[in-house]
Amino acid sequence: MTNQTTNSTGQVHHIRRMTVIWIILSIVADVLYSIFVAAHIPPGRLTETAAKDQTDFNILIEMAIPVLLGVWIYLSYSLYVWGDKRNPNEAFSGDAARGNTKVQASWIVITTVTVLFLAGFGTWALVVDHGSGGGQGPNPAFAPAGALKAETAALLGRATWSPGSTNVLPVQVIGQQWKFTYRYPTFGGFESSQLMVPANTTIAFNVTSLDVIHSFWAYQLGVKADANPQVNDVAFTTTKDPGTFIVRCSELCGIWHGSMYNNGAVLSQTAFENWATTTEAANAANTALLPAFAWTYVPDANGASGGYYPDGTLTPYSPSEVYGAKQPS
Amino acid sequence: MSLTGRLSTAVGLFLVAVALIAWSLMAFLRPGTDGGYTDYTAGHVAGAPVNVTMQSVGQIGSGAHPTWVSYLQKNPTTGQWIHDTSMTLPADTVIHMTIVQYDSGGPLRNQVWGQVTGTIGNDATVNGKTYRVYDSNTGNGIGHTFAVPGLDVSVPLIAVSGQATNICSAAPCGASSAHNTITFSFRTGAPGSYNWQCFVPCGLGYLYGNGGPMSTINYMGGFLKVVA
Repeated sequence: MTNQTTNSTGQVHHIRRMTVIWIILSIVADVLYSIFVAAHIPPGRLTETAAKDQTDFNILIEMAIPVLLGVWIYLSYSLYVWGDKRNPNEAFSGDAARGNTKVQASWIVITTVTVLFLAGFGTWALVVDHGSGGGQGPNPAFAPAGALKAETAALLGRATWSPGSTNVLPVQVIGQQWKFTYRYPTFGGFESSQLMVPANTTIAFNVTSLDVIHSFWAYQLGVKADANPQVNDVAFTTTKDPGTFIVRCSELCGIWHGSMYNNGAVLSQTAFENWATTTEAANAANTALLPAFAWTYVPDANGASGGYYPDGTLTPYSPSEVYGAKQPS
Repeated sequence: MSLTGRLSTAVGLFLVAVALIAWSLMAFLRPGTDGGYTDYTAGHVAGAPVNVTMQSVGQIGSGAHPTWVSYLQKNPTTGQWIHDTSMTLPADTVIHMTIVQYDSGGPLRNQVWGQVTGTIGNDATVNGKTYRVYDSNTGNGIGHTFAVPGLDVSVPLIAVSGQATNICSAAPCGASSAHNTITFSFRTGAPGSYNWQCFVPCGLGYLYGNGGPMSTINYMGGFLKVVA
């Protein structure tokens, strides 16, 4: 044992040795992870929300790697150094952790600092990323600048958006068994089974349902929001470069739940405007038959509670709820 | 009883309970018996269109759920109506659909399904008259839809009058019953399994109208198995 770390009395400093091994391996593993893995972690970087999600995941993983290695190294070291093969004559060998103040204090301090850091980091990420793409209910606490103005304009039929605009673009997501459809109040309120959004634009997804609980999950966008009947669940994200994504329902909602998905795309701003205006024109005849744009709709006239078309004079679905306390005057 | 015996009994009862719960859940979730796929590929010449004929009825009139609304399909070989809603179709082929609608209807829960999409020409015909959009709040409303979300196909089936004296009461229905004949064409595209369904919540008596026949294969939905 010529290369062992020893103190003045010749005893081996096992903790110091394990710490050195742990630090070296942790640095190597984290560097390798950063170089070869980090860029491929979901949800990618299609939106700022997704990019921040990816960064958050990478930070969490790079913190978890040393924790994992710490456990593995401690276990491996103990098995190797104090195992039966090296200590055949001792029933129990090695230093006792029980009653070791340094070990206990280190464990408490390290885990406390780690958990507090994660709590603080998570809160910070939630706030600066306007909810981190999660549904915030009808009165979002972390709305980006201009969101309320755009949402109010949408409800009044005055929302505007064009290439180069910095306006927030409201898009309504309507869940129904078993398909999501999308309304664009900025373009006459047309409803489509396709979800297209412009690049470099902040989107306000207003998510609701016409029947049971669904969940709008566009994971490459870093957006996930429950679709509850008669609730407007708002989630924000800001798109980056053009690309494609998949929308899935992530709430078990019946027999065709597994088929409740569709592809979507982030288009260049010009391409999006072309698509939106073209679709608006193509759907104009049907848009005229849709109810006025509202945050939620009541489907009680048709099929709810077993009543199937009890009154043909009722509006198929009608406005029922305003944008919480932020209803325009 | 010894400790081992008591433990064995407890574990055994626990396993029985788990098995019963699992069996109950599976029985609840099971969508129904799949009658198989009706084959439209036998003898198909590449590039030639395929004709599919279906009918939608207010109640099937027989079987385990005689009061349930349902689709039927005409066997392309025998010409017989069969209670089977799944089919095998050739890829990248034009499908000429004919659906004879025998059911009444009303306003749509979501009028978005009142627009014809994904068909060739984005239109359909009802009794020979072309339509692209149908206002479900007018006339007899919409009875059902034939929609293949994976192909973006959605066609509203215009209903017959609920006041008609010759409403069909049991399938298969014939020409003497009140009906509308809807035709449209679409292209199957790439090989794959595509589900199709009705988007009218027509499961009378079930939560939001989407249980019962809306949640059971061979009633208001099925699969298109598209093969190369």
